[in-house]
Amino acid sequence: MRDSVTFILNGSRHVATGVSPATTLLQYLRGTLRLKGTKEGCAEGDCGACTVVIGELIDGVVRHRAVNACILLLPMLEGRSVTTVEGLAGADGALHPVQQAMVEEHGSQCGFCTPGFVMSLYATYVSEDRPGPQRINDILAGNLCRCTGYGPIVKAARSMYDAPRANAADESKVLSDIAHDETVTLEGDGARAFVPATLDALADLAEAHPDAVIVSGATDVGLWITKQHRRIPTFIFTTRVAELRGVTRAGNTLSIGAGATWSDLHAPLGVIYPELGELLRRFASVQVRNSATIGGNIANGSPIGDGPPALIALGARLVLRKGKARRTLPLEDFFIAYGKQDRAAGEIVVGVEVPVIDEPARFKAYKVSKRFDQDISAVCGCFNITLAGGVVQEARIAFGGMAATPKRATAVEQALVGKPWSEATIAAVLPAFETDFTPLTDMRGSAAYRMLVAKNLLRRYFHETQHALSETRLVGDSAAFA
Amino acid sequence: MQRPATSSVKSAISGGVHLSVKHDSGHKHVSGEAVYVDDIPEPPGTLQIYIALSQRAHARITRLDVAAVKAYPGVVCVATAEDIPGVNDVSPFKGDDPMFADGLVEYHGQSLFAVAADSIAVAREAAKRAIVEYEDLPAIIDIDAAMEAGSLLEPPYAFGRGDPDAAIAAAPHKVEGRIYIGGQEHFYLEGQAAFAVPGEDEDVTVYCSSQHPTEIQHKVAHVLGIPNHAVTVEMRRMGGGFGGKESQGNLPAAAAALVAKLTGRPAKCVYDRDDDMVLTGKRHDFRIDYRVGFDADGVIAGIDYVQAVRCGMSYDLSPAIADRAMFHADNTYYLANARITSYRCKTHTVSNTAFRGFGGPQGMVAMERVIDHIAHALGKDPLEVRRANFYDHFLAKPAVARNLTPYHQTIEDCVIQDIVDELVETSSYAARRAEIRAWNAKSPILKRGIALTPVKFGISFTNTMMNQAGALVHVYTDGSIALNHGGTEMGQGLNIKVAQVVAEEFQVDLDRVKITATHTGKVPNTSPTAASSGSDLNGMAARNACLAIKERLVAFLAERHQCAGSDIAFLPNRVRVKGEELPFDTVIGDAYRARVHLSAAGYYATPKIHWDRAAGKGRPFFYFAYGAAVSEVAIDTLTGENRILRADILHDVGKSLNPVIDLGQIEGGYVQGAGWLTTEELVWDDKGRLRTHAPSTYKIPACSDRPIDMRVSLWEKGRNVEETIYRSKAVGEPPLMLGISVLMALSDAVASTANYAVYPALDAPATPERILMAVERVKAAGGRA
Repeated sequence: MRDSVTFILNGSRHVATGVSPATTLLQYLRGTLRLKGTKEGCAEGDCGACTVVIGELIDGVVRHRAVNACILLLPMLEGRSVTTVEGLAGADGALHPVQQAMVEEHGSQCGFCTPGFVMSLYATYVSEDRPGPQRINDILAGNLCRCTGYGPIVKAARSMYDAPRANAADESKVLSDIAHDETVTLEGDGARAFVPATLDALADLAEAHPDAVIVSGATDVGLWITKQHRRIPTFIFTTRVAELRGVTRAGNTLSIGAGATWSDLHAPLGVIYPELGELLRRFASVQVRNSATIGGNIANGSPIGDGPPALIALGARLVLRKGKARRTLPLEDFFIAYGKQDRAAGEIVVGVEVPVIDEPARFKAYKVSKRFDQDISAVCGCFNITLAGGVVQEARIAFGGMAATPKRATAVEQALVGKPWSEATIAAVLPAFETDFTPLTDMRGSAAYRMLVAKNLLRRYFHETQHALSETRLVGDSAAFA
Repeated sequence: MQRPATSSVKSAISGGVHLSVKHDSGHKHVSGEAVYVDDIPEPPGTLQIYIALSQRAHARITRLDVAAVKAYPGVVCVATAEDIPGVNDVSPFKGDDPMFADGLVEYHGQSLFAVAADSIAVAREAAKRAIVEYEDLPAIIDIDAAMEAGSLLEPPYAFGRGDPDAAIAAAPHKVEGRIYIGGQEHFYLEGQAAFAVPGEDEDVTVYCSSQHPTEIQHKVAHVLGIPNHAVTVEMRRMGGGFGGKESQGNLPAAAAALVAKLTGRPAKCVYDRDDDMVLTGKRHDFRIDYRVGFDADGVIAGIDYVQAVRCGMSYDLSPAIADRAMFHADNTYYLANARITSYRCKTHTVSNTAFRGFGGPQGMVAMERVIDHIAHALGKDPLEVRRANFYDHFLAKPAVARNLTPYHQTIEDCVIQDIVDELVETSSYAARRAEIRAWNAKSPILKRGIALTPVKFGISFTNTMMNQAGALVHVYTDGSIALNHGGTEMGQGLNIKVAQVVAEEFQVDLDRVKITATHTGKVPNTSPTAASSGSDLNGMAARNACLAIKERLVAFLAERHQCAGSDIAFLPNRVRVKGEELPFDTVIGDAYRARVHLSAAGYYATPKIHWDRAAGKGRPFFYFAYGAAVSEVAIDTLTGENRILRADILHDVGKSLNPVIDLGQIEGGYVQGAGWLTTEELVWDDKGRLRTHAPSTYKIPACSDRPIDMRVSLWEKGRNVEETIYRSKAVGEPPLMLGISVLMALSDAVASTANYAVYPALDAPATPERILMAVERVKAAGGRA
């Protein structure tokens, strides 16, 4: 075991030791290292002012991704690289093409959000070709600007490619140099963390420390620290466990490691289920999807996560492990009540098995929120209705935001099965929603709104089985407007 | 930018007025080098301050025991109301905002005491140890409750002209209605922040993020019980202001200064996002009732408005904000018979404050609602009704003038007809409106809407006293120039504009001019950078400072070269004296050696304005800024989700000081205004707790919320009829109100769901929920389209 965290910071090796593992990268940058270019705008991963770029060696290739430093915990950096806004300019002080484009296009006014935008753009610049309008909206969805109205920044996102390409320094060598398989610990200020590199080590640690908080992307646990100011004595991080990040297909089952991030999953899931791809496009923001994992999204049991309703509607099963023992269960059975899941002490979520259904297009996912991007759903409704000869054969319908847990609309499902697929049937089953759900009123929507929307989403699903998607879609690839 | 360039003989300077010069801090913003308050290197021993917040909306504090807070390891200082040596007040003028609650709390989140420790985590943790006991009192949370209870800060205020009741009664058509208009959180990306360093004697220096350094100075002095001269305030830049840093920085600055003086250590107070959103005031929400009578063309005969304003627990700037809502109840329309009555509601919520537009937007939303409602009642295109009611064009000389406002100012610069005509043409408004209606008839789920709304915004502080400014210009012996003025930079580009003025006056390249941080020791007694007046006031003050120095230089040169002043001209980077041309540096060096004073303080006070509030008559505004926008939207009638498809904007900035900076203000203002009226919803629960106190719950526009197709133009014919700085017009606030077109376009889309038979009466913000409920309402009332 090593008792320090080693990472590459703006090209140089950095070792952190004796620091509380609850320290966020942002606190460490601004407080300990006095790198003040990275800003705190919200400390909850919603504004992007703290965006930095993380480099990871994956199968010998370095992948750079934007993340929110405000909710990234220091132990997660083991074996990775961090680039901050201070690391972009050339040795001679010349601005990086991304920075220069932001200056030329008048992309900053007050300037406080700017380093975050620059880093989101930089992550794009080093990993993809010039983005189109939709892609620009997506890569910037996690960065808020209150001054410009975004237009000049969008221009910069395109014109930054005009200058001769400046490639990122190749970090594969330095990252290989610091790679190893030992478990890392970090201890300070009364808290300690374990960062294992293998699944066996992770399972053993989880069993040995049943009270530990298991952390993957920290996009939820980070908020326990920055918002609720909770003190967590013991952490176990899954971040380094490569075995947890795989996606494999065997027959009609997609096996997904719990540690796969939503960014990792966008392509493999989206290619099978375009509707799931569209849901993931709007799931939080790039920065959050680059950290957040499918396992974390399920294990935290949130009633408003967008992953579970979609996965439940698809009939996914959850895989858990305690020590050497594995078990699987239908995902919907994992959610027992608000804050209560079917997970024993010392047990960890290790994977999700997602069926590949015979007719993927019948699966649809609808995320309804106040704002299209980077918003928590008021209602997330997911539908998977099988028809045979114009009659409903099977229905799997699941909702987020309608109950204390992600929940199937069983009464609606039962009311539908065996009925002709018609407007009259839809109208007849709508009251069953009131058997299934008693939603809450909160800042995201009233109970009445949620109920009405849930019913209307079934109407939308029906309409979409009869008509072009462009008749019902305001955003996404099928949108009526582009 | 710091080094003076070598003088070059050329035909024009670089960076003069009317040129699109980049923001002076752009390269520092993108590199992370721009310094904000929380980035200033901290001297060893700097304390971090946490403000403890009330957990009740309205209660007597029966016990406040901070002994355990003081005893908590790492705590250096705990300051309560009892520890304030001066006056326990951080209000802008009224004396009703306690720095720390003293026996009574009047909103959930009101400051109770400050804890200072070596780290903010320790200070926050320690604060939880306080014993606070409350005796609850009845809390009034919203406007309806306040109006029902008669809970007002001051008696209702009204002004108007003519006889609206008789005019409405006699009119062939009438409508009446009510609109609720939500508030708005500023969501400046940089939260409130102040850093105080104690000095000798009574002195303290405060670095802060504030639109009003002079008020920070005064409030710190007031709280500490020391003269203003003992307090120095420096303000380099804000990470956004939008009005939220006009008065709301007083508390953190006073807290930092108090702790610094109590402990002898530097002290910093930076609110985290949640505390910032809970502790600080917001845009006022309004409830506006209207009764209007009009003829068959939609021409308004008489109108009666009752505006109810949620001020919150104290005055802050509410009276002036409520007044400005009244001043903008007409927008661009002539109201021959009008009465505007304003109720300033006292509620047990945070004291609402300045926000870009300062009440004007709310008054204007109601006027545009009225026009929309009239047009619906008559089955007309709202644009026709708008045009029928415009104030006279400033060049028009009709037999019967229609140019007197309800507050008896004559409009002498109205150009809205020109702007609207041009915009109708360039936006293809008429053809698109027809196409949208045809499209809607064939689209069962998605519906589109379009609206054109105009803006007329009055420029000047309506408190006439505040329309003054100062600047300080030093020309150094190497020909480099240091510029200081009383305005503050919050991203709007004020510093670069004023620097352009100085470069223009001296005819030197812009890179000779160094912009320095706003500093109460350099320019005293300043007004806030607010009311869009920053470049109007400070540009003129800086110009006057330059003119004073130039006058001395001309006198010196005339004497030395034995010529008339008229023989001397400032050419680009040089001065022509009779036939000879001298480099600017040479002239400055010579002048210094000849003992010419090369520093000057400039001063400016806006002419012509006056306002008699008791009579409700006067000329509160020096001039008006105009603009118009066409927004096209689409809604989903199953969920209420919506988006802006296209926006066309034409806006009058007079003769622009810096076109690219002005375009940035317009585009950003429109998006901010659209956000206010759509996704930005503030929610308080019945206990008075703000439930939307972070970006996870309060949704400002994201990148994809801007219009898919956005076309913004400056009105090229624009020129201020008044003698403003280079005939430019203020641009900070007016464009926000272009966003009203989005609300009206959404209303149009909702109306389509019942074939335009029922008026949607859509409230703001038009969230998906409000839109869906409006769709349900019009369908229920009008039958399915």
